Amino acid sequence: MIPVAFEYTRPSTVEDAVAVLAADPDAKVLAGGQSLLPVLRLRLAAPSTLVDLRDVESLHGVRVADGELVIGAMTTHAEILHDRRVAEHAPLIAAATATVGDRQVRHLGTFGGSLSHADPAGDLPAVALALSATMVAVGPGGRREIPAADFFVDYLTTALAPDEILAEVRVPDTAGWGYRYEKFSRMAQAWAVVAVAALVRRADGGVADTRVALTSMASRPVRATAVEQALTGTDGDSGAITAAAGHADEGTEPPDDVNGAADYRAHLARVLTRRALTAAAGA
Amino acid sequence: MTRISVSVDGTEAVDEIEPRTLLVQYLREQRGRTGTPVGCDTSNCGACTVLVDGRAVKSCALLAVQADGAEVTTIQGLANGELHPMQKAFHEHHALQCGYCTPGMIMAAVDLVGEVADPSEQQVREGLEGNLCRCTGYQNIVAAVRDAAAEMRGAS
Ligand code: FES
Ligand code: FES
Repeated sequence: MIPVAFEYTRPSTVEDAVAVLAADPDAKVLAGGQSLLPVLRLRLAAPSTLVDLRDVESLHGVRVADGELVIGAMTTHAEILHDRRVAEHAPLIAAATATVGDRQVRHLGTFGGSLSHADPAGDLPAVALALSATMVAVGPGGRREIPAADFFVDYLTTALAPDEILAEVRVPDTAGWGYRYEKFSRMAQAWAVVAVAALVRRADGGVADTRVALTSMASRPVRATAVEQALTGTDGDSGAITAAAGHADEGTEPPDDVNGAADYRAHLARVLTRRALTAAAGA
Repeated sequence: MTRISVSVDGTEAVDEIEPRTLLVQYLREQRGRTGTPVGCDTSNCGACTVLVDGRAVKSCALLAVQADGAEVTTIQGLANGELHPMQKAFHEHHALQCGYCTPGMIMAAVDLVGEVADPSEQQVREGLEGNLCRCTGYQNIVAAVRDAAAEMRGAS
């Protein structure tokens, strides 16, 4: 099906893009379009104007600044997969990105687009949450920083105002941490029924720090804090991991839909958390 | 209407289009590239896969205006006097039945082999994850891609 007609504009600065959004509440941002185009084709949305960010140079690319990885919102999944700095400073991002969509989708889809779309079954929101990333947004009033924990508000809803654009994402260095993105989906291209992003930092033989975030276990990505507390401070052997993973579904509100019943998702969360932690802790 | 200039299978074109025109529609209806089919409404099947600046994309999941300034290659631009090794291998391995998925399969496979010169069976299966075939069971497609990859390595 063909989308409803809209105007199209391709500004070359963030300020110009923001100005279009500020002037027209029905205007929408077009990044890689890999979530938006299917939505437009099914006529589930009918924006007045699409603001294509392709030509905004400052939104593209990856750099390292002040010991943090900075990923431009328009950086594609394929670019992230081939980026040496991502592999070195935040390999969890690369691991999860490899499971996004399919090859064609990864060529066009962007890091910032996936985060702003905020699908609770999307892979990158949980990863950003596990990494305690900081979202840098630009609006008519200038730039502001939003911690990942505050960014994902609800199903397809972020803390971005309608006239704000996600410009870049700052990711603390996790070089040397064990990591794993453990995803369960039923077939090729399918969304995660449940997935687990895990990071473990070992020191002196024990677990010094644990981060676990869950995909598709609520209307937004959620941290499994009970798991983190249970594992940190232990020696990280398989007994400690199994015990910690048993808390994975605590405080979650998993969706109950055609892809999985809520109790099945709760079970998956525990099993996948155990697997993810086993890999991340090197147990 | 928005003006775009694109190179399609080596031919430069400048056209006025509605911004909502999908790339696949533009290719089929304005550039006569009916070798690129539409197989679904949900951007899942991959039948519409073409190369934009050398990278495989689903041309139903991209607006034609997004391809402004780009070089687009469809299945009709692949042969160069004789069949491309990937086309030849699909033919020889009987890697198609109805043929509907074939243009997209071949374009995605060309893109994959461009990145992974000697893909394992697993890499081919994962690399073609975005392309669905209702007929063949994939077995012969995988064989064709690996065979074409070997020929393309030899040829370069
Ligand atoms: S027509 Fe099915 S993915 Fe494009
Ligand atoms: S040959 Fe019929 S869909 Fe693949």
